Amino acid sequence: MSGLLDINFFALSGQLLVGLINGSFYALLSLGLAIIFGLLRIINFAQGALYMVGAFAALLGLKYLSLSYWQALIFVPIMVGIFGMLIQVFLIRPIANQDHLYSLLLTFGLALMLQGIFTHLFGSSGLSYPTPEALKGGTRLPFMYLPNYRAWIIAVSVVVCGLTWWAIEKTKLGAYLRAGTENPQLLQAFGVNVPLIITLTFGFGVALAGLAGVLAAPVYSVSPDMGSNILIVVFAIVVIGGMGSIGGAIITGLAMGVIEGLTKYFYPQASSTVIFVVMVIVLMIKPSGLFGKEA
Amino acid sequence: MTLKKQILTAAIAGTLASAAMATTDGKVKIGVLADMSGTYADICGPGCVVATQMAIDDFGGKVLNKPIELISADSQLKPDIASAIARRWVESEDVDTIGGLVSSAVTGAVTQVTNNSKNIALITGSASNGFTTKACSPYIAHWTYNVVALANGTVKTMVGEGKKKWFFITADYAFGHALETVSSNVIKANGGEVVGSVRAPLGTTDFSSYVLQAQASGADVVALANAGNDTVNALNAATEFGLTESMDIAGLLVFSQNTKAMDGNVAGGMKLTTGFYWDLNDETRAWSKRFKEKHGEIPSMAHAGAYSATMHYLNAVQKAGTDDADVVMKQMKTTKPNDFFAVNAEFRGDGRMVHDMLLVQIKKPAERKDEDDIYKVLKVIPGSEAYNPMLDECNFSR
Amino acid sequence: MINRKLLIALLAIGLLAPLAVYPVFLAKLLCFALFAAAFNLLLGFVGILSFGHAAFLGTGGYVTGWLMLNSGLTPELAIIAGTLAGALLGAVYGKLAVKREGIYFAMVTLALAQLTFFIYLQAPFTGGEDGMQGIPRRALFGLIDLSNNTVMYYLVLAIFCFGFWLINRTIHSPFGQVLKAIRENEPRAISLGYDVEKYKWLAFVISAALAALAGGTKSLVFELASLTDVHWHMSGEVILMTLVGGVGTLFGPLAGAALVVTMQNYLSGGELGNYLHIIMGAVFVICVLSFRSGIVGQLQKFKRNNF
Repeated sequence: MSGLLDINFFALSGQLLVGLINGSFYALLSLGLAIIFGLLRIINFAQGALYMVGAFAALLGLKYLSLSYWQALIFVPIMVGIFGMLIQVFLIRPIANQDHLYSLLLTFGLALMLQGIFTHLFGSSGLSYPTPEALKGGTRLPFMYLPNYRAWIIAVSVVVCGLTWWAIEKTKLGAYLRAGTENPQLLQAFGVNVPLIITLTFGFGVALAGLAGVLAAPVYSVSPDMGSNILIVVFAIVVIGGMGSIGGAIITGLAMGVIEGLTKYFYPQASSTVIFVVMVIVLMIKPSGLFGKEA
Repeated sequence: MTLKKQILTAAIAGTLASAAMATTDGKVKIGVLADMSGTYADICGPGCVVATQMAIDDFGGKVLNKPIELISADSQLKPDIASAIARRWVESEDVDTIGGLVSSAVTGAVTQVTNNSKNIALITGSASNGFTTKACSPYIAHWTYNVVALANGTVKTMVGEGKKKWFFITADYAFGHALETVSSNVIKANGGEVVGSVRAPLGTTDFSSYVLQAQASGADVVALANAGNDTVNALNAATEFGLTESMDIAGLLVFSQNTKAMDGNVAGGMKLTTGFYWDLNDETRAWSKRFKEKHGEIPSMAHAGAYSATMHYLNAVQKAGTDDADVVMKQMKTTKPNDFFAVNAEFRGDGRMVHDMLLVQIKKPAERKDEDDIYKVLKVIPGSEAYNPMLDECNFSR
Repeated sequence: MINRKLLIALLAIGLLAPLAVYPVFLAKLLCFALFAAAFNLLLGFVGILSFGHAAFLGTGGYVTGWLMLNSGLTPELAIIAGTLAGALLGAVYGKLAVKREGIYFAMVTLALAQLTFFIYLQAPFTGGEDGMQGIPRRALFGLIDLSNNTVMYYLVLAIFCFGFWLINRTIHSPFGQVLKAIRENEPRAISLGYDVEKYKWLAFVISAALAALAGGTKSLVFELASLTDVHWHMSGEVILMTLVGGVGTLFGPLAGAALVVTMQNYLSGGELGNYLHIIMGAVFVICVLSFRSGIVGQLQKFKRNNF
């Protein structure tokens, strides 16, 4: 035995891959949270529940409307986004002037309701969604076996996150959004419909959760608590990355997935705690998070 | 006595009686505590309520000239919730016996309550052998199966076939731990070796990282020391990552519902141990047909066990002429259980119901006549070979 | 200011209740009321929302339970030890969390509580998913046997009264006045020369200790400590209780806990069990949208307007 150097590359690369897949979901969900937080200053506790709704929508679409995976990939995020906009208009807007903590509690209540409704309808044991035919099978790489669907998840996540980052940081639309965050009154004075922008942004942030749900359906079994389990980790990621930082959310999401994967290989017992440990360390050194501005 | 006084006296008497617990009011009330919507819901959830109700109906609905009552609740697979419900049932709702009981963690918590209150627990879904060994009690009746019987069936057979190196993916709670320990002992005793193990939480949906660990271990067999949907999900991940191409998978606890949920092309050929198969003989087929009419699914061994245990309990109450737990338990242990489920059976002093177990093989899709035709029975394992011997300190019949 | 008549009436109800109602249910209710009152000390009187109070409830339960199982300590000492453990954890988490405000504070406490959850999930002494089972109640001071539920209930009642008294005392002390000043206007409190972070931290520690006291007591009542008490749902539940009862009122947490626990009791174990989370979620949404002052808050408003 040669200690740490005696690394089993098959196992290590496998764990890194699984970590990267988890990281893809973390990135998509924390990106959605960051966009919503950036503009509305609220933490959307229902993000995880909407991710779950996305997965169920894909499953039910397949079962009752024979909606294919590819169609679901387009329609489900739109549907979830519209659902999110309704929530924003009818529930969040009325309390926009209250303390932001109330909107946190409101979305928490919504998350409980959604989870409860789906548990009531489908039980809590989880249902399976078939992997789309075109992405079945895998590739045998030199030191590991890579299932095609897993590679697809990473690719989609990276592309979607990259495009979103580009749109917000580099385009005119993005400039409006950032202006809306800095000074909504001024933007309103320039004739921009700020409430509409807020609603659309909320819808987009939520749609990302819906997309993540569709992506997740074939690999994780579709169950009502799938969202609540992942959400708390995503919160920790948002805290680590710095609240509201778009790039921070993406990079931290992927990085934490990889760190989790490494931990699973070297010290599996700590794999579920490692992200929180990182969070504590970051908080001690830089309370505003890695990419956050000083509050 | 005025009416007021009567009520007061009754109330005081009631309080005193409930303080002394274990009411012998002559009226039998059975509580079924099971997993109504979780990972084990198909194994022993609503189906266990149906099976218990069937036993009550077949018995005639009445015992000691009073109607038998049945109530049920969802344990949610959480020990604290189950314990609180059990406590309320026996302390304030006059429940005599608690049946169902799936998940060893839940059963452990519930039997803590029932042992103290002197109520009988009819365990039909849980597997840990602890209930008749280190946590044994005169108020426990462990029906259906346990981890020792599973290991002596499946593991022993496979080691005998030359599969020496084993890796475990274990459900991380009492049942998984017990199954892994017992199986490891069987492997070592038969000249095999355990090369590693990993523990996954109950209700894990993504087994990929555990499968990768198993894949890197160089084992001959990856044993799934879990149950219900956990087994199904683990098998799916193993298929996805190509593990099944190079290693054998042994499902140590597989219920018929889980077999039906598995991909027959992958699972076909797998050997496993079960306490019951619906298609064994005319008697089992007849009962299973009735069960399916009521529940819509073929019975799992836990369902059949729930029927058998309830029936044996009710017969004992009738014969003993009381619902006093001590007397009933004594009666249960003096009569041999004998029905379609309990074959060559004996209900031992430690609370273990010993009966014939079956070693079966999952049929490949091509071999199946219909969707319920899932097993080929390879051999009958006599109860005395399958189960652990009785510990002297747990023999409550002395 | 407390209405003395109301207090005596409540105490009388508390003393007589076990004659009519199942004592274990009452004891559970009081444990949660104490937990909610401890939480309310932070949200209601300092104005900070902790989303991780389950960590302290669970710590109290596990430490007390472990000591009862593995040492010869009498219950009161085990509960005190559990409370101290909660205070210690609160001191550490408080140090990390009070630097942040508002939503950030909520996020940080939530994540820290989740860290605690995973540690308890994996630490062998908690029994993981099995929970810590068979915790003995033994005899209070080695003299009074607690195995009878009614006796146990009166101990819980006494502990609850103590906790309630302590919170009342804290709020009305000079320390409590500073806390309220922070809640109303933090910059002003800073400019007056108060070390705001230190005051918040101390309030956090007191709250954590009382939550742990509730947890330790609860583990004795049920003779079991489990992961449910450390799960973040529990942190959410305590917020719900406080919100429904009335944030920042003295009796709000009691009213809220009574309502929520009764609801859970009725809904669990029946066909309606499935609706529990839906109803709880709906109550949350309704409270936030249009009932922000809670039951007791509304009653107080009503009283002010009509008398």
